[in-house]
Amino acid sequence: MDSMTLIAVASIVTAGITIALGTIGPALGEGRAVSTALTSLAQQPDAANTITRTLFVGLAMIESTAIYCFVVTMILIFANPFWNHILTQTAGK
Amino acid sequence: MRLSPDEIILWQYGSVKLNATIAFTWGLMLLLAIGSKLVTRNLSTGLTRSRWQNLLEIVVTAIVRQIEDVGLAQPRRYLDFLGTLFLFVATASLCTVLPGYEPPTGSLSTTVALAICVFVAVPLYGVEEQGAGGYLKTYLKPTVVMLPFNVISEISRTLALAVRLFGNMMSGAMIAGILLTITPFVFPIVMSLLGLLTGMVQAYIFSILATVYIAAATRTRQREPGQPPAAAALTAKAP
Repeated sequence: MDSMTLIAVASIVTAGITIALGTIGPALGEGRAVSTALTSLAQQPDAANTITRTLFVGLAMIESTAIYCFVVTMILIFANPFWNHILTQTAGK
Repeated sequence: MRLSPDEIILWQYGSVKLNATIAFTWGLMLLLAIGSKLVTRNLSTGLTRSRWQNLLEIVVTAIVRQIEDVGLAQPRRYLDFLGTLFLFVATASLCTVLPGYEPPTGSLSTTVALAICVFVAVPLYGVEEQGAGGYLKTYLKPTVVMLPFNVISEISRTLALAVRLFGNMMSGAMIAGILLTITPFVFPIVMSLLGLLTGMVQAYIFSILATVYIAAATRTRQREPGQPPAAAALTAKAP
């Protein structure tokens, strides 16, 4: 296996693992946050505005971890710096 | 596959490039500026008013109320900055209904620029409100040991602000592109509807986070002897 294939395999497999593991945590966290928010909405409908706003801000915070994973995956697949490095090296030969 | 509208070059002369991000950003800025100029040209204070004035009034009062809810006592002072942030990000994602349009917020350069605006504006508002010494003291709270962590959090939240908006916008465009190759009928429309929703939520989150940061930087001033502290006002309201 030459280094090009190795980089391709490593990038693709890592991208899959990154997005799979990286979404589990935020999904669990967001589920907990939403369920707690719904419970408190049912108990105190008067505080709906505050609860919804805090929920949105919190969800955005939690979700950003998943989005970091997504961005890393996209970089690995579509804009891989190592892959581009090898490509320019082989083209230069 | 493209990651961002940066890669669409519309015009090139030597090393000077005009990419789609710049073009769409200027288009949006013109749209917002000319649109609000046209609407506010003849405002009326009477009972009859144009429907556009009604729309703008609804939008502006909603933004003011949101800023006030977060805890800034004088929302009008921050309205120009925060309102512009919200309107720009919201229009950028709303315009995706137009064919051939790429949201400029789907490019990391735009979102980093917006985040840097917040990064600069927060200390400015803080210094304006509490004075330079008072603002710098907030970095030493609760103890001096927390100084490096406060500085790190300042930088990392700017990074998070930029990458969050970029990731959401980029993923929306990319999912639509991938789905077009797999299921070309109907389903992409549902996903672009979802993209519109995500865009509005992201615009809301971007501006509300900027508001929260500004509120955190200007907090101590609100507990002046003349005004009741925020906690006391809350408990006084409760039955």
